[in-house]
Amino acid sequence: MSETNFFTLQFASRSVNESFARVAVASFVSQLDPTLEELTDIKTVVSEAVTNAIIHGYNEDPNGVVTIRGRIEGDMLYLTVEDEGSGIEDLELARTPLYTSKPELERSGMGFTIMENFMDRIDVVSEPGKGTKVEMVKRIESKKMMYN
Amino acid sequence: MSFGMQLEQRGRALIVRLQGELDHHAADSARAQMEDAILRGNVAHLILSLKDLSFMDSSGIGVILGRYKMITARGGRMVVCDVSPAVYRLFEMSGLFKIVSIEQSEREALSSLGVVS
Repeated sequence: MSETNFFTLQFASRSVNESFARVAVASFVSQLDPTLEELTDIKTVVSEAVTNAIIHGYNEDPNGVVTIRGRIEGDMLYLTVEDEGSGIEDLELARTPLYTSKPELERSGMGFTIMENFMDRIDVVSEPGKGTKVEMVKRIESKKMMYN
Repeated sequence: MSFGMQLEQRGRALIVRLQGELDHHAADSARAQMEDAILRGNVAHLILSLKDLSFMDSSGIGVILGRYKMITARGGRMVVCDVSPAVYRLFEMSGLFKIVSIEQSEREALSSLGVVS
């Protein structure tokens, strides 16, 4: 399979849109016939990245815009989640397991660790004052492969 | 699917049955409802049933960790039951499974706390 397909989705930085983002991306990915586990992984990383954009990028200001881009090339899924918020000063620290810049909010500090574990690759590009872009890649094994 | 919870108190143990999707959007209400029930019912032990939880991310880990701290600070114990493989992986990643006891079902959770079901 070598078809290419893509989408772009933009929505307000409101927490109610976290579930919308998960369902929208899962629905796009379903054309690759992913396993239930792969689908859960993808929903979880989308949730983590969008939640980070809302809480950290926009400081829970609902007037921001979150952009998700998805691309399928063969059995590869490319996802980017982007905000134009406050950006991350220290990327290495932000990606450290259990680290959170907002301990008062009862955050677990596991967002980036989950994204790293559930996807094959993740790159974070961030500039303080400009925003953050999380680029993720995952190969979808697909249920079909297992039966063939 | 949105988030909800069902609460049932058995003696000084509170059973919280989480339902639907526990994410950042649902976290505040989940936290507030559990804290309120723990304080009003003079609850010692907390059982979290994840049987009807269809989705959870790191925000849910934060909520569970927060209640664990609250309950242990009061001298009680927390048990989590009916954990799906997906949620168990999050528990493993965050180290939560090392500090929180996990039981198969509500019945086993109750008996592990010495509460007869």
